[in-house]
Amino acid sequence: MPRIVVDVMPKPEILDPQGKAIAGALKRLGQTGFSEVRQGKRFELTVDGEVTAEILEQARHAATTLLSNPVIEDVTRVEVIVEATIGAGE
Amino acid sequence: MSERVDARLETADEAKNEHAEFGYVADAVEHIEGRKFNIDTVKHAEETPDTPLPWAELGLKEDEYNRVVEILGRRPTAAELAMYSVMWSEHCSYKSSKVHLRQFGEKVTEDMKKHLMVGIGENAGVVDIGDGWAVTYKIESHNHPSFVEPYQGAATGVGGIVRDIISMGARPVAVMDPLRFGAIDHPDTARLVHGIVAGIGGYGNSLGLPNIGGEVVFDSVYQGNPLVNALAVGVMRHEDIRLANASGVGNKVVLFGARTGGDGIGGASVLASESFEDDGKPAKRPAVQVGDPFAEKVLIECCLELFKSSVVEGIQDLGAAGISCATSELASNGDGGMHVELTSVLLRDPSLTPGEILMSESQERMMAVVTPENVAAFEAIMEKWNVEFSWLGEVTDTGRLIIEWDGEKIVDVDPRTVAHEGPVYDRPYHRPEWLDGVQADTFNSSSAERPASREELKAAVLELMASPNMCSKDWVTNQYDRYVQGNTALAMPDDAGVIRVDEETGLGVAVSTDANGRYTYLDPYQGAQLALAESYRNVATTGAVPMAVSDCLNFGSPEDPEVMWQFAEAVRGLADGCQELGIPVTGGNVSLYNQTGGVAIHPTPVVGVLGRFDDVARRTPSGWREDGQAIYLMGVTKDELDGSEWANLRGHLGGKPPALDLAAEKLLGELLINASRDGMIDAAHDLSEGGLAATLSDMALRFGVGARIGLGEVCERDGVDLFTALFSESQARAVVSVARSEEVRFKDMCSARGFAHIRIGVVDTENQALDFQDQFSLPLAELKEAHEGTLPKYFA
Repeated sequence: MPRIVVDVMPKPEILDPQGKAIAGALKRLGQTGFSEVRQGKRFELTVDGEVTAEILEQARHAATTLLSNPVIEDVTRVEVIVEATIGAGE
Repeated sequence: MSERVDARLETADEAKNEHAEFGYVADAVEHIEGRKFNIDTVKHAEETPDTPLPWAELGLKEDEYNRVVEILGRRPTAAELAMYSVMWSEHCSYKSSKVHLRQFGEKVTEDMKKHLMVGIGENAGVVDIGDGWAVTYKIESHNHPSFVEPYQGAATGVGGIVRDIISMGARPVAVMDPLRFGAIDHPDTARLVHGIVAGIGGYGNSLGLPNIGGEVVFDSVYQGNPLVNALAVGVMRHEDIRLANASGVGNKVVLFGARTGGDGIGGASVLASESFEDDGKPAKRPAVQVGDPFAEKVLIECCLELFKSSVVEGIQDLGAAGISCATSELASNGDGGMHVELTSVLLRDPSLTPGEILMSESQERMMAVVTPENVAAFEAIMEKWNVEFSWLGEVTDTGRLIIEWDGEKIVDVDPRTVAHEGPVYDRPYHRPEWLDGVQADTFNSSSAERPASREELKAAVLELMASPNMCSKDWVTNQYDRYVQGNTALAMPDDAGVIRVDEETGLGVAVSTDANGRYTYLDPYQGAQLALAESYRNVATTGAVPMAVSDCLNFGSPEDPEVMWQFAEAVRGLADGCQELGIPVTGGNVSLYNQTGGVAIHPTPVVGVLGRFDDVARRTPSGWREDGQAIYLMGVTKDELDGSEWANLRGHLGGKPPALDLAAEKLLGELLINASRDGMIDAAHDLSEGGLAATLSDMALRFGVGARIGLGEVCERDGVDLFTALFSESQARAVVSVARSEEVRFKDMCSARGFAHIRIGVVDTENQALDFQDQFSLPLAELKEAHEGTLPKYFA
């Protein structure tokens, strides 16, 4: 069954305390290759059947009204992922 | 390997296309290398006097801009314009309120000042509570940010007021939050309630500070303008008091804590477009700030160590107007000059322009002044707490605040003109014509029926106790830590929050915040005094001696002469009231422009009174527990239902608020304090909104213990009917429970001071009910269900 993936990130100019904490932890663990960490979140919306334009539009609406807080977060991706490609993609 | 990388790039590209399709701008993708600005230097400003500047977009009025030009003798640079515009805003300069607020400093006697160690004008006032201990406390508003982004707005409100306390050299020990929302059933109210309550809990709980009280009020006048006020209390030894100023030529100025980002500078975007040469910049800066309570917790400990080891001359917190405010205030409070290199500021977002850096409201930042000898010690403490810092410049005696960008001068101003000598407006005001009509429309002349039969009265008490303003606020306060740190002696739902300061002696303080917007709407002068009276009464009811006042004045637009009149009257009332009660205003905050679509909120002066206990173990709780104790009503009941909670339930708002007698309040306070000290009373609760019906219900529900009540004598003595006795909001009243063995002493004390008191019942642990004899009986289970069900019904 296809899934719609929604990625949400804190706006670039907004402080991300979690990302900051992770960056600090990486450094403490000796993994010094990263200058910054920003943590977002990923949602997977499963669809029974085909993803129609209407369903995709619903997902986009949900992304901006419920899944993200538009004041401090950006929706960076709303994308249909077909089962077969999920494993292959990563 | 390379294939996979390519695949990812492709996904990223797709994602970008997706954005384009949605109309999103993927502004975070590119890193901006270096700093490509057209720096508007002082020299450049002198050479290009006719360059148009976006002063209007930054909120300056034409005459204000002209005054800046006059002060500087040239046009301001973009950075100077940024500083003046934020520092001369209503929020930072108090330009409309200053002429009235002066009364808080003028209407004081020497006697009122005897415990005041630091008064109005510093980050927070400081009160001497004895034994070498001092307490600092202050209340501030964070109304608008909390409407835009409820969670972060409320959270950073807590963070901001806590930093005010830290900068005085004190350890924060408690917070409180008076909140006002729109109608409980309005669709937008749940969004605000959930976000704001979670934000306060999220920040305050993470800091490990108990939230010991506040208010939750629902009224449609606050629909588009919720009020989120935050109060913090800090304690310190006398010798630890620190004032923020930059004195000592050659001393170093350092910025430490979180890095500077583009937080809270939505308004500065016009400035950004002026000085930035390419368009790779985020088009819009957010108006909100995001807080990090764990970073603030580290700042608290770090600042306390800095103070304790005496390596700093002064610390200034960064709040509204950020570095603009900190540099100009530190400089003008000290030797008058400061030299700063702005490129030394550590940035979270390298694309910020100088003007934006000066205006940024990034949270959890502090500025300090350090002597050259202490630089190494300062750095060692920063290392220990793992706090980032950067040295920005030094104190000078030139009388100028000079800010450079890579060695080029971009700000050259007299800091006093930025921080203290901003515009002052004596705005026109007049009494609204509609007020006479409103005051003539009394509740008794309205068509609302007065419950009279037993069934009607019982239903009325249940309706009152389940109503949005009188119902249990447990759903809110249970989300806050109230007892963390182990020094909370009383918290919601008692009359005031009580915190132990000295664990050896039990020395402590009580704080209560109160306001009644309806009273103030009906009569601003008296309404403000009634808020003061209630807060005073609440503190005294717990047994603490009232000592000081902090206020948060929430009003509509000062440009509306009728709103300005409400403000002027409220301040005059408060200043007169404080003088009569003999307690000084130590500081506070003004929040204006709380209006939407030309309709202002009810004038809402929130008053926070602080009192002291010799020993918090002597505190009086608000509920009775011991079987057989006598219940007394102190004070006199009049027919005063105008502006009352009951009238509000019937949709009526008119007439005049209850009469005020500050001498009686003072006397009642003394009696309650003495009775607590001498162990005469075991429970006390003041009468305010909801009258006697609410007070008796609260006292019974506090510990789930019933009572038998008879109000026949009260009705006879005061000439009122039972409905009035239960629902009138007459002032200077309290209910106490007195042990049998203390009754004579208690009555003698009241009689000797000529204060009305009457026995109205007895505590009854057997009967699980509030039993109004010969009238009706309220089973506690039924009362509790009504009282506790309301907030969960709407929000859980």
